[in-house]
Amino acid sequence: MTVDDRFVRDFREGQEEPLGTRNEIITGPVSEWATDFSHLEPEWAADPYPIQDDLRGRCPIAHTERFGGGWLPTRYEDVAAIAYDTEHFSSRAIIMSNYRPPRDIAPVGAVPPISSDPPFHHDARKLLLPAFTKKEVAKREEAARAFCHSLIDGFEGAEIVDAARDYAQHIPMRVIADMLGFPPEDGPRFREFVEHALEGVNLPPEQRVANMGELFDYLLEQIRDHVAAPRDDLTTYLIDAELYGRKLDPSHVAGTMALLLIAGIDTTWSAIGASLWHLAKTPADRDRLVAEPELLPTAMEELLRAYAPVTMARLVKEDMHWRGVDMKADDWVLLSFPAANRDPAQFDRPGEVVIDREINRHAAFGLGIHRCVGSHLARMELRVALEVWLERVPVFGLADPSTVAWAPGQVRGPRTLPLRIG
Amino acid sequence: MKVQIDPERCQGHGRCYDLSPDLFTEDDEGYGRVAGDGLVPEGGERAARVAASNCPEKAIVLVEEA
Ligand code: HEM
Ligand code: HEM
Ligand code: SF4
Repeated sequence: MTVDDRFVRDFREGQEEPLGTRNEIITGPVSEWATDFSHLEPEWAADPYPIQDDLRGRCPIAHTERFGGGWLPTRYEDVAAIAYDTEHFSSRAIIMSNYRPPRDIAPVGAVPPISSDPPFHHDARKLLLPAFTKKEVAKREEAARAFCHSLIDGFEGAEIVDAARDYAQHIPMRVIADMLGFPPEDGPRFREFVEHALEGVNLPPEQRVANMGELFDYLLEQIRDHVAAPRDDLTTYLIDAELYGRKLDPSHVAGTMALLLIAGIDTTWSAIGASLWHLAKTPADRDRLVAEPELLPTAMEELLRAYAPVTMARLVKEDMHWRGVDMKADDWVLLSFPAANRDPAQFDRPGEVVIDREINRHAAFGLGIHRCVGSHLARMELRVALEVWLERVPVFGLADPSTVAWAPGQVRGPRTLPLRIG
Repeated sequence: MKVQIDPERCQGHGRCYDLSPDLFTEDDEGYGRVAGDGLVPEGGERAARVAASNCPEKAIVLVEEA
């Protein structure tokens, strides 16, 4: 056997700084949401739903000049059509920012498969699917449950705990670190990487490049460690995986690991946090779930619908007239699954949380070919996190609603959530 | 009644095999599969409708028998 020397050199050496285009960064209060929207302003972070509902009623495909130009559809029908239409909309960038990667980065993109377009997308995705089936993730349930209990053991004696920081956050970090085979104590470092990627969108480019560099330094360290000592985990699986008869490019291995870290943590943390926030301020729902734990899987889907944490983005491929608006090549489209999930044309009483809603065709995990690869894992984590919490802490409420803080940007959930539990 | 899954539409959300495990299972990649011959046993119509109306991709086809 030959030595695997793909990771001896840093794969970034000799690579040109990617070209692509940068635009002027515009921040500050939004004057008019239909023509100047920004998902990074505090008003949106605090409560985006009234803004989305208003737009759906009067301007269902809103526009902004920020981020170099972009669109915001708020109807389910339009969001679904874009998710399905990979011919006119590219995933080569999926975070709406002030930088557009060059066109020739498609169809692979920096972080396959989420950044990939057909036909490459399918093959990159296929590599991951077997590791993330419902059956496969069920093997992690017991460990996840024990970990949730240990977090709650740590609340002993406390009257107020921060459910986002001291509970929700740790669960997906531990699960994905275990799956990738990273040291569990590295959790706090992952948190930094996630924040940088998703919340640092308006930082200066040099800072963004430096932040990204730190993440890849860390991944390369882990990869080298696994090349030296292979084990039964996802990192070794990706190092050994083959596509088109060859091992993966080092940048594909590292990019996919980065994606799993970033896509798996913030999102699930947000879903657990938003669910606990809802239950803390809605004692009737909380009491019903404590009394009827078998309702939890149904309630969970409703919480995912109403507080869908994830919004994606696409880039328009070519100039075109689309459902009444003139889209230009390289315009952004902010693909708001949260807005789609509250469209009255699709759901009865969309603004209400109906915890026993039986028909719930929500799009929290996306639609079409990019359907969240981690959805079965995320559902397992969310269910276990809520089961353990409700079993151990059946009575809780918001300590002070004014101190709850929500993450800005495309992954939205509570980042500070003080709950009274004593 | 019979259930079918349109493989062109199914993306493996798994709502069908979560909600109606007697009628649906998953394959090795998480895509939905009809269990057995897809014939819905007496009393199973409701489970079939619940699965179909929760599939985000509208991939489940219910074939009513004449
Ligand atoms: C509640 C938690 C989560 C939510 C709401 C969520 C949501 C989403 C959404 C909406 C997409 C579609 C992206 C698009 O259309 O561009 C997506 C893709 C993806 N998610 Fe998740 N996600 C969650 C948790 C996870 C977890 C735990 C993992 C894995 C560890 C994960 C891994 C992925 C991957 C790999 C993709 C890309 C799939 C592809 O492009 O084919 N996600 N997620
Ligand atoms: C091989 C992997 C990667 C490389 C070489 C890379 C490199 C870069 C570079 C050079 C930029 C330009 C910075 C700027 O001008 O603002 C950038 C932007 C960005 N990167 Fe990465 N990155 C990689 C993976 C990732 C991952 C895993 C994520 C998170 C999922 C991510 C998220 C972002 C975001 C949000 C931006 C801002 C602009 C955009 O999304 O297009 N990148 N990256
Ligand atoms: S719910 Fe629909 S998309 Fe999901 S596995 Fe079943 S048939 Fe496929």
